[in-house]
Amino acid sequence: MAFHDPTADALQAPARPDKGRSLWTDARRRFFRNRAATVALVALVLIAVFAFLGGFIAQYERDYVDFSLIGINATKGVPSIATGHYFGTDQEGRDLFARTVQGTRLSLLIGVVGSMVAVIVGTLYGAISGYFGGRVDSVMMRVVDILLSIPFMFVLILMLVMFGRSLLMLFIGIGLISWLSMARIARGQTLSIKNKEFVEAAIATGVRPLTIILRHVVPNLLGVVIVYATLLIPEMIIYESFISFLGLGVQEPNTSLGALISRGAGQIGNGVPWQLGFPLFFFVVMLFAFFFVGDGLRDAIDPKDR
Amino acid sequence: MLSFILRRLLVAVPTILILIVISFILMFAAPGGPFNSEKPLPAAVMANIESRYGLDQPYVVQIFNYVWNIVAHFDFGPSFKYRDQTVTGLIAQGFPVTLTYGFWAFLVAVVVGVALGVLAAIRHNTWLDYLATGSAIGASVLPNFVLAPILVLVFTLWLGWLPGGGWNGGQWQYVVLPVIALATTYLAAIARITRSSMLEVMNSNFIRTARAKGLPMSRIILRHALKPAMLPVLSYLGPAFVAMITGSVVIDVFFSTGGIGQYFVNSALNRDYSVIMGVTILVGVLTILFNLVVDILYAWIDPKIRL
Repeated sequence: MAFHDPTADALQAPARPDKGRSLWTDARRRFFRNRAATVALVALVLIAVFAFLGGFIAQYERDYVDFSLIGINATKGVPSIATGHYFGTDQEGRDLFARTVQGTRLSLLIGVVGSMVAVIVGTLYGAISGYFGGRVDSVMMRVVDILLSIPFMFVLILMLVMFGRSLLMLFIGIGLISWLSMARIARGQTLSIKNKEFVEAAIATGVRPLTIILRHVVPNLLGVVIVYATLLIPEMIIYESFISFLGLGVQEPNTSLGALISRGAGQIGNGVPWQLGFPLFFFVVMLFAFFFVGDGLRDAIDPKDR
Repeated sequence: MLSFILRRLLVAVPTILILIVISFILMFAAPGGPFNSEKPLPAAVMANIESRYGLDQPYVVQIFNYVWNIVAHFDFGPSFKYRDQTVTGLIAQGFPVTLTYGFWAFLVAVVVGVALGVLAAIRHNTWLDYLATGSAIGASVLPNFVLAPILVLVFTLWLGWLPGGGWNGGQWQYVVLPVIALATTYLAAIARITRSSMLEVMNSNFIRTARAKGLPMSRIILRHALKPAMLPVLSYLGPAFVAMITGSVVIDVFFSTGGIGQYFVNSALNRDYSVIMGVTILVGVLTILFNLVVDILYAWIDPKIRL
């Protein structure tokens, strides 16, 4: 039996190119060392799978009305595997499983779209404002201040009423609110970035200001922007659910978690706890997960912020 | 100080005007008027209605009249849907209710939140601290439209202690659940902010000096630590006010308390433009005035700001 010498092994092994650890690799390590954040990420993935693939498991369409169950859903619409109504039915005899799947999907979608608008508009606005500084900066930031001091939920509802309640309008309205705080954060970061040597070098070589912003400033903002974008998602989900809870958001047959919670909350006296319980469960777990993932990302990407 | 207040007012007034103009632009830009219905009205009737509500005048004149009536007579115009009601009348009915539970909720959130935050900070890393921090995280993902049904489920349906809705002239049993549902999220946030700023202050040099002098702990906290630690809390109160006034809409709808939120949602469902606009503008003005008060308080506590 030959003597095994690890050093000889190492010497004979083909020289691997040394892999440098980039900032992002480091961040990933730190993120996955955070147990709460990792669990939250897994929960989010599961919820996303539920929202986008749950429709294949559902035994009923989300707007299929089982007339024989109307009015007696407290006794006959109980959640059960046998009837195929995994989450029970609502007071109109519709399958709650299919509706929860669709509601979760819509809430996720609203959160992600709102947050993406914030990333694109907010980052550019903040970077431009911070980079140019001076009078441009004070005017642009004053605009943000003024818009932030208006109770936007009321204006959003005003818009929904005047232009008609549609999904598109909801997306536009939520997008309009979302970018404001992102712009402030991006501006603050830009102020410190623009004094760095690489920006100076770019200026010295005659790069145009807009190119500097897009090529040199924005990429360096990304870490912070990603963190706040993640934290914005639950906020957007809450906004949408708030409006849908009031009955001013999504319209039938579409639904969202807020609308489902509202219907369930209206029925709590009628012995159908599942109608509130299931949507509430997905809503709360989703929000918790987003907060923990956002928190984990902040610790991972931006440790000095703690 | 006076010039500081004047400067702030100079910003507040245009903000209010911008809010009014935005609402009007939205109304003008919206497809269809408030009186469009399934069956088109004869042109003569339409013209009559429009002149009754002043909608036939140029936009600028309309805005000017609207603002002038509010400033001079506190008159937000007639409701577009109910001929016998004015927007001012609806606000006068609903506002006292909103103000009552809003005031209590705000008070509870600030007082309990600050007390909890201070306790958590001076008992740093004990079970009390963990309890306060943990519940603060929990409460931040429980928006009031989630909390309200849970509260009713527990306290009305299971325990039967408190009524699950109605107002009944503001009897205390009817106020408790709305106040808890409205206050909790902000209470948690205030506790969290107070805790972290208190921790920072307690580590600063002047607190060490106070301790070295042998002052009792209660005096150190009340006389020396609390005031500087309140600054971040104060700057949170502005956004908290906006969020609470928005949250009151949910409270009104869920508990049927009859505050302005209920009128707001009803008129939103009825497309009653003038009520929605009136409430939006009123809420906007309140918010801006509240922010003004916060700014002044801030400058009063922290003289560095005024420079």
